[in-house]
Amino acid sequence: MSETTTAAPPSGSAADAGDGARAKGPGLLGGPLGRNLGLVVALLVLCIVGAITAPGRFVDVDNVLTILRLAAVVGVVSVGMTFVIIGGGIDLSVGALVALSSVWATTLATQAMAQDFHWIVMVFTAIAVGAGAGLINGIVIAYGRLVAFIATLAMLAAARGLAEIIANRRTQIVQDRGFIEFFGGDVLGIPTLVIIFALVAAAGWVLLNRTTFGRRTFAVGGNAEAARLAGIRVQRHTVWLYVLSGVTCGIAAVMLMARTTTGSSTHGTLLELDAIAAVVIGGTLLVGGRGTIVGTVLGVLIFTTLGNVFTLNNLSSSAQAVARGVIIVLAVLLQQRLAAGGARPRKKARGAATSGSPAGALPGGSATPGGPAGARPGDSGGRPPT
Amino acid sequence: MSTSVASPSGGSPLLSTPLLEMRGIVKQFPGVRALDGVDLDVRAGEVHCLLGQNGAGKSTLIKVLAGAHQPDEGEIRWDGDRVTLGDPQAAMARGIATIYQELDLVAGLTVADNVFLGRERSRLGITRPAQANRAAGELLARLGHPEIRPTAEVGSLSAASQQMVSMARALSQDARLIVMDEPSAVLDAEEVDHLFQVVRDLTADGVAVVYISHRLEEIREVGDRITVLKDGRTVATGLPARETSTAEVITLMTGRTIEYVFPARREVRDQAAEPVLEVQDLSLAGRFRDVSFHVRPGEVLGLAGLVGSGRSEILETVYGARRATTGTVHVAGRRLRPGDVAAAVGAGVGLAPEERKSQGLLLGEPIYRNITLASLARFARGGYLSGGAEKQAAREQAEALDLRPVDVDREVRTLSGGNQQKVVLARWLLRDCTVLLLDEPTRGVDVGARSEIYALIRALADRGVAVVVVSSEIPEVLGLADEVLVVADGDVIARRPADELDEHQVLDMVMEGAAPVPGAAREGDVA
Repeated sequence: MSETTTAAPPSGSAADAGDGARAKGPGLLGGPLGRNLGLVVALLVLCIVGAITAPGRFVDVDNVLTILRLAAVVGVVSVGMTFVIIGGGIDLSVGALVALSSVWATTLATQAMAQDFHWIVMVFTAIAVGAGAGLINGIVIAYGRLVAFIATLAMLAAARGLAEIIANRRTQIVQDRGFIEFFGGDVLGIPTLVIIFALVAAAGWVLLNRTTFGRRTFAVGGNAEAARLAGIRVQRHTVWLYVLSGVTCGIAAVMLMARTTTGSSTHGTLLELDAIAAVVIGGTLLVGGRGTIVGTVLGVLIFTTLGNVFTLNNLSSSAQAVARGVIIVLAVLLQQRLAAGGARPRKKARGAATSGSPAGALPGGSATPGGPAGARPGDSGGRPPT
Repeated sequence: MSTSVASPSGGSPLLSTPLLEMRGIVKQFPGVRALDGVDLDVRAGEVHCLLGQNGAGKSTLIKVLAGAHQPDEGEIRWDGDRVTLGDPQAAMARGIATIYQELDLVAGLTVADNVFLGRERSRLGITRPAQANRAAGELLARLGHPEIRPTAEVGSLSAASQQMVSMARALSQDARLIVMDEPSAVLDAEEVDHLFQVVRDLTADGVAVVYISHRLEEIREVGDRITVLKDGRTVATGLPARETSTAEVITLMTGRTIEYVFPARREVRDQAAEPVLEVQDLSLAGRFRDVSFHVRPGEVLGLAGLVGSGRSEILETVYGARRATTGTVHVAGRRLRPGDVAAAVGAGVGLAPEERKSQGLLLGEPIYRNITLASLARFARGGYLSGGAEKQAAREQAEALDLRPVDVDREVRTLSGGNQQKVVLARWLLRDCTVLLLDEPTRGVDVGARSEIYALIRALADRGVAVVVVSSEIPEVLGLADEVLVVADGDVIARRPADELDEHQVLDMVMEGAAPVPGAAREGDVA
């Protein structure tokens, strides 16, 4: 026994030297703040730039509320996306689900029901449609063993197509005054949309950090095999993650319906790219197992504020897209630096297994964790016409 | 250097300089001295067999030879010149090719693509598939396998054919020394005969082969000389393969110098107690057949066998991580649903998997989250976790197991192997498991911490847990278990009380693939 005590500390402390700061990382209070410090600083810098370049207009309560209102829709979707990505998946269908939910909730039939009963019917419809589509995503991915990227890509195409069919490519006007007044209004000067975003973010934070569901999400995304062997029903959990993402799409659809007073099959176009970008620059690893809601919220705020500053300075949306692309790449590069410490032991193991191969060309495999991260947001920066 | 080198002058002294000479090779890993003075010399045109138990250092040695590991001490001579094999490319450039146990081919590429991977036949960057196919075809024909089409996709080939592709790749590099790590493990009898023919042809051309196998009859058939490793040292080198008796080889391989302290067994076991784990006629197609055993509370059952014999698969199937083809598993009288891990966990079964890092732990998460992973529900009310109670419970387990450091907020990745294993054990202790399945519980655990793990396992049994232990290290199974099942090629060939077996007997059984005493096979004890 005494031998162990002498043997263990060297290996522990050696690893600790590099990892000391990170060892506390996943701690609930200390870690996220520290890790999100960079994002807070980035946001502050953006605000300062805004305040300097557009003095009167940027520092203005209305402008701040505009930013928040714009951030709200993407923000709600990004919270759901954070869960999916931490759980080791990806959901490309969110934009299409927002469109489908908004269309379904504004059909003549739904609106007639809402008129007879209460506008809450529309809200329920939107959320149910989002959850149902998420359920399909989840089942196809978890039980059909389809790669999440492909399954949700298919849903992206199918859901928007279905939305077009239902709406017959027409924009559907929301008739119910009560609905628009409720969601379009404000409470004590704060727009309802912003309050909804805050509530969703808070609920997401609690769910991720304070519940068994959240803990299992980290486990499933961090090491699915270990989670399975610990008795967690990984497939079932995966289904719930996509349902959750679908629910946030439904909520976002309601918010968009309120903001635009319409339901349309063009709602939420490319929303998936904004959401993924926000999640990624918020520090969530695309390979899963690590991430924070706070980071995601900051990510969303950074992008929205950036857009606002550019608009106030009369810069084109194209210039804004370029800036976004640059920010995403920088953020992911930084993230990889942080993750490198974590990935090192795994890399070493893989290297040992393959480096002896006559092929010898395999060490490049160590780049894979960053690979998809680099590629996908890169696309969103370029905004390919889909 | 090792004094135990008992070199009986080797075979013919025709070639004065061996092709390869390794002297006093030492390789140290954190906590383990994997190689502690290994000598090996290989002559051109011979089949040199490398023998040794698991953990004797064979894998490390061939990795040093392949340039994948750098030795800390010792020298390597190639053709009489001292060389440094700084990386795999350097080893390949010298003509050393290694065929690993897990084949390292790209399944989606063709045979020819794989043969010339990294050295594609091309002109100005444009590949020349016709030329590559022709060259690959010639190599395969030389290996006696012209039926393997160079244009076939490697993923569609049998394991034996894939091995030939690996060998063709070695030949295409003009290898002068080919290392084969248990090549027969994936082959059937006929394919093994083919392989031997290929090996003989190669050696006739002057190529040297280092052949690793656990099967003594193969070594007698194809080998020229034998080197035996034990505990990272060469204990004998240059033994004539055909004349050396099985008994002599096994004696050299056994009697390990490192003695672990095994905790005392309970003198009187409670034979009356109802078994808590009952396994009846369990089979998994292609892996193992008709395995039956039962374990009582407080009992430790050991599964001994070679890698690939099916022992780990038995454990995983009992646990539901693999779905049994036939047979049943009962825990405390209730039948477990096949292929359902969550059901097994719910019934009180826990598994410490073989690959601790990839199957057992969330390396980036703190210790306490790893410990509580299987018992989260206990700390939650309506899904809401009580962080304080959770950490407190984890800390208690960590202290009970003498985990170092006890700081449960630390990431698991920063712990040593022994302490990581304790985290896995703590997870199941917290759950109050009644059945604990341990697959290679001391793999990657340094020598000092092993006795501690052994004591822990025994203490668990004394608390009434039924334990099943799988290990490649026979002394470990014998020292730890009350009863031992010997597994070979997916069959249970013997079941005996551990104190009636010795390392020598077990090794003999697993290497010859049969139990010397009939009647012991496939029978659960009836006591």
